[in-house]
Amino acid sequence: MPKIKLPTKSPHIDMTPMVDTFAVILTFLLLTAQMRQTEPANVDMPFSISEKPTPDFNMMTFLLSTDGKVFMNFDNGGDTLTKFRPKILVEIGKRYGIEFTEEQQREFEKYPSSIGVPMDKMKEFLDAKNMKDRIPLQTGIPIDSADNQLAMWILYARQVNPNIQACIKGDSKTAFETVEKVLDILQDKNVNRFNLITSLEAARINLEEIQQ
Amino acid sequence: MAEVIVEEKGKGGKKKAKKHPPRMDMTPMVDLMCLLITFFMLTTAFNKSKVMEIILPEKLQNDKPQDAPRISASRTLNVILGPNNKLYWYPGAVKPEDFNNLPPLMETDYSAEGVRKLLLERNKALAKKIDDFNKDVISGKIQISQDSLRGAISQLKKVDDTGPIVLVKAYKEANYGNFVDILDEMNICGIARYTFMKIAWYEVKMVETAAGIQSTAKPATN
Repeated sequence: MPKIKLPTKSPHIDMTPMVDTFAVILTFLLLTAQMRQTEPANVDMPFSISEKPTPDFNMMTFLLSTDGKVFMNFDNGGDTLTKFRPKILVEIGKRYGIEFTEEQQREFEKYPSSIGVPMDKMKEFLDAKNMKDRIPLQTGIPIDSADNQLAMWILYARQVNPNIQACIKGDSKTAFETVEKVLDILQDKNVNRFNLITSLEAARINLEEIQQ
Repeated sequence: MAEVIVEEKGKGGKKKAKKHPPRMDMTPMVDLMCLLITFFMLTTAFNKSKVMEIILPEKLQNDKPQDAPRISASRTLNVILGPNNKLYWYPGAVKPEDFNNLPPLMETDYSAEGVRKLLLERNKALAKKIDDFNKDVISGKIQISQDSLRGAISQLKKVDDTGPIVLVKAYKEANYGNFVDILDEMNICGIARYTFMKIAWYEVKMVETAAGIQSTAKPATN
């Protein structure tokens, strides 16, 4: 019986195609990457069937955490030259008699997530060198009628950017009282159209079943 | 001046050229790329969140008194978001003479069997119209662009005068998820007229009776 000769091959596998595919995926991810923002409070958004995507620009987002804190965020506008964020900061600073330096304005401009800092702590917040020092300063924007800073933020945000839309992002466990207060303040400032940020969920209705 | 340093080679060195294998070992590179891909996958926000629009009626100015809009009580459906994810409803309106003998609240829930069934039963005619319209669009009977589809549906809702008028109210212990859920049900069932409004004191009382909470509600003085 003849012996079967197994071809002697090196144990190496050619990894080149694998590297190529990985490089393609990596480039794709790098180019499309939109970093997930780390919000100061974790929110579990409620579900809805709405399919309208969140607008990219011209929005002010109110983040309502489960413990009743209110955070606010707005974008810089669609054009890199508009720089709405520092402008709003300067305007509201004038209202509270606080002058922000160039560096503080730049820091505010590029701050990536929602801010919930009372105005008297804002300078300290922007000067802080690392994120850890900032966490205890995020106590939520005051919304009580004695010191309604949220109303001021809304006022100046709309003054600087007249096209701004209000978006509300809340946890499904957030007490409705907080939401109602924020809606109330917005309505006081003549904002009657709101976008509630939700996650998509499919729902179907069955008419035949109902008619039986 | 640059000096050229000539390296002296040991004379007795073995001159065996090392045979390099023609391939490089790519495994560490693959490992690294795997790691990077995993990192980017986890940090990228892939699915963008959606928004649900709601338009609330403008606030009344105190200096401009205005009559409340007259709506027929037979079409009115009051939905109250209660505590502990409960949902209450009652049809019609409570008249001032009923204040001592408030009508009981019906309890339901946010599921498809609960409030959706309730709303769809009352909104059958309109929901059927919208459903037929959507079917015609899908089957190609009606040629319409995607943009004007929403407009056409809102026109259907506008001319409708059979569906319920839903007034959504929230008890103070409701949560935001309930609010979004109920508005979502309005969209699912194609309710043409609905709004969110402040809860009245007698409704607070009704909820507290239904939920078995010690009632504190009193009529407002104004």
